[in-house]
Amino acid sequence: MDATPSAIGVETIGMTKRFGAFAALDDVSMRIEAGGFHALLGENGAGKSTFVKCVMGFYAPTAGSVLVDGREAEITNPKGAQARGLGMVYQHFTLVPSLTGAENLVISRADAPAILDWKAERAALAAFMAGMPFRLNLDRPVAELAAGEKQKLEIVKQLYLKARFLILDEPTSVLTPDEAEEVLGLLRAMTDRGVLTVLMISHKFREVETFARSLSVLRRGRLVGGGAVGDLSRDDMAAMMIGERIVRPVAARVGEPDAAREILRIEGLDATDASGLRRIAITDLRVRAREIVGIAGVSGNGQKELADVLGGQIRAAGGRVAVAGAPYTGRRAQSRARRVRFIPEEPLRNACAPRMSVAENLAFRAFDRRDEDPSGPPTLWLDRRAMSRRAKDLIARFKVKTASSEAPIATLSGGNVQRAVLARELTDPVDLLIVVNPCFGLDFAAVSEIRTRIVAARNAGTAVLLISEDLDEILELSDRIVVMSDGRLVYETPAATAEIGTIGRHMAGHH
Amino acid sequence: MSGDLGLWTVPLAMIGGAIRVSTPFLFVSLGETITERSGRINLGLEGTLVLGAMAAYGTAVLTGSPWAGVAVAGLAGGVLGLLHGFVCSFPRVNDVAIGIALMLFGTGLAFFFGKPFIQPSAPPLPAIPFGAWSDLPQVQAALRVNVLFLAGAALSVALWWGLRNTRAGLVLRVVGDSADAARALGYDVDRVRLVATGAGGVLAGIGGAYLSLYYPGSWNEGISSGQGLMAVALVIFARWNPLACFGAALLFGGAGALGPALQSVGVSQGYYLFYAAPYVLTLALLIATSSPDRALAGAPGELSLSK
Repeated sequence: MDATPSAIGVETIGMTKRFGAFAALDDVSMRIEAGGFHALLGENGAGKSTFVKCVMGFYAPTAGSVLVDGREAEITNPKGAQARGLGMVYQHFTLVPSLTGAENLVISRADAPAILDWKAERAALAAFMAGMPFRLNLDRPVAELAAGEKQKLEIVKQLYLKARFLILDEPTSVLTPDEAEEVLGLLRAMTDRGVLTVLMISHKFREVETFARSLSVLRRGRLVGGGAVGDLSRDDMAAMMIGERIVRPVAARVGEPDAAREILRIEGLDATDASGLRRIAITDLRVRAREIVGIAGVSGNGQKELADVLGGQIRAAGGRVAVAGAPYTGRRAQSRARRVRFIPEEPLRNACAPRMSVAENLAFRAFDRRDEDPSGPPTLWLDRRAMSRRAKDLIARFKVKTASSEAPIATLSGGNVQRAVLARELTDPVDLLIVVNPCFGLDFAAVSEIRTRIVAARNAGTAVLLISEDLDEILELSDRIVVMSDGRLVYETPAATAEIGTIGRHMAGHH
Repeated sequence: MSGDLGLWTVPLAMIGGAIRVSTPFLFVSLGETITERSGRINLGLEGTLVLGAMAAYGTAVLTGSPWAGVAVAGLAGGVLGLLHGFVCSFPRVNDVAIGIALMLFGTGLAFFFGKPFIQPSAPPLPAIPFGAWSDLPQVQAALRVNVLFLAGAALSVALWWGLRNTRAGLVLRVVGDSADAARALGYDVDRVRLVATGAGGVLAGIGGAYLSLYYPGSWNEGISSGQGLMAVALVIFARWNPLACFGAALLFGGAGALGPALQSVGVSQGYYLFYAAPYVLTLALLIATSSPDRALAGAPGELSLSK
């Protein structure tokens, strides 16, 4: 880096992206000054990622154009964006895990030589790193680096490739607060020196207020506001992000939670996912009979890991999960004995055998029991006739739309797959129901029906743990709301007195 | 004579055996390392090994030159490897299934063309007598080192160096670890894999040449007894590292020499169990190095067995 490069500005005009009839991005015109630090705010699915992907050339926008340094630029792929000095750091890492940091940097260069003179490369890298805001050990394989170091290396890689406009997609989601402070502070200093422009996608108001100079807010694909950071309060930002919510009438609840009957109890639970990156630590969580406890949170804050522990997919490193007073690890015998039912997210993938028939999928809980009765004695032979009879009965009762009970379940629509899974899980008496994002991607009719079924189960005395990224759903269904952030439960409130602003702030990481 | 050395015969014979028996393991595992580092697994190397042995022996018989045999074995192996790489470049083709098919194809082809070469004898590959300083015939026998063994040792060092110091080595590792990253960098993933599988086949073929032209030094249909398959397991044990492949090949070779060595000092009971040592070792190592909680450490991320 001999000559100091200067930052570039980017502007979009009328950027629109449609997927079929759905407009993920609707006429967004945004201007990011050279040397600026611009934050892009919005809820999940507001169109933030679509917007930056259009700028980077991953998606061809349906309409609209991009101006780089005031001139119209036709960017059709990420390489073209890179050639113009645009770089992006993704939420998932794009480094090659088994290569060291130095190897990752060198091979990413278009002009890497056939035989690498590591002495010279190392000297060049050392000179480059001297001008970098972070100290990094480039000799270790990326797989051994902590998430924060990887994130820094991703940023360094973009600067190594001479990016002068850097897009960061929720850069601090994998960083500790101190690391986040360091990384963003150093990037901010680079923008102040005029060598870099930063566009940062974020959920976290505090970060935005501390480091960004200007911001824009997207909601449902539209640009709904923005301005200089100092001019907007947190409440303004939250209001823009969330908008006017029409809260649907809460489904009819009957009876109060049964304080005497505690069904699920999690104490001191500690677990890490298979990649070793995401850790959850849950001190105390209880769900009582006839109670829906909603776990709210921004995607990727440990909800999936919590569900995986409860479903037996990952082993807890420490702590205790108890159902009805006895330890529970998600085994089939345990879930049968304690009447625990589990509806994971994306049910076709996680709760069904897609190519097996609807009848077979409906029989998963009891196919190995006499007369298809989960409490009956085990049997060796499948009772096809009982299976099909039961399937027809359930299909009629839960209004599953299918060509026949023998059709593969993968041929059903998303809503009908979810109805079938609910039919399987909710027909027999249930003491504990764990549900994850039950209405994701479903149409309105299916949504209201499925929510009604969950409330009906609760009214019948079931304890329900609802893990959902849809805050409306949490507010509508829950008796009690718990907010999960960074792998921990950070806030709890009865649903009756819940305040959406407070919940939003805790979701965004202010406790 | 063996009475002079007593039980020392056993370790000596094992060292000699390690050097003698390990060469095919070494070549096949180095070849498989190249292939697997590109993100594909070629289980067909057992067939390649046998075809290489036949091709080398046949060529040596016909031309009188063992080195011509080695060259033809490498060529035959390369063709089989390229065939694997080519078929696997089509969408939704499973590399493991193709590997098994090619294993059967390779051995079948070798048996078909190899029938006339069971009787005639071929000139063997030369060996260097590093044990000439000693008067003991056991030491001399143990330290007769074949040229291919030395070549394999040099190759494992060269590969180890090349994987980190050449652009080709880095590209191979990128392709094997993250096909998406490789595509983003502008490399043709299928082509890299085709070349890597071809190169793996060449090395496995040369390993076969050693079998028929040096040790055991004849051509018959039971010549490999699964060494090509064991070498694949060895690669996993060696964590895809060429230097570790060298060590693991020596270990497997030594284990293979245990049975004959014990027999030679007069252990007459149960020595057949020791003949099974390499197979038991394969199993034991795979169990010992596995874990229920973690993904396989060091495994190329694109490998179908680690996905």
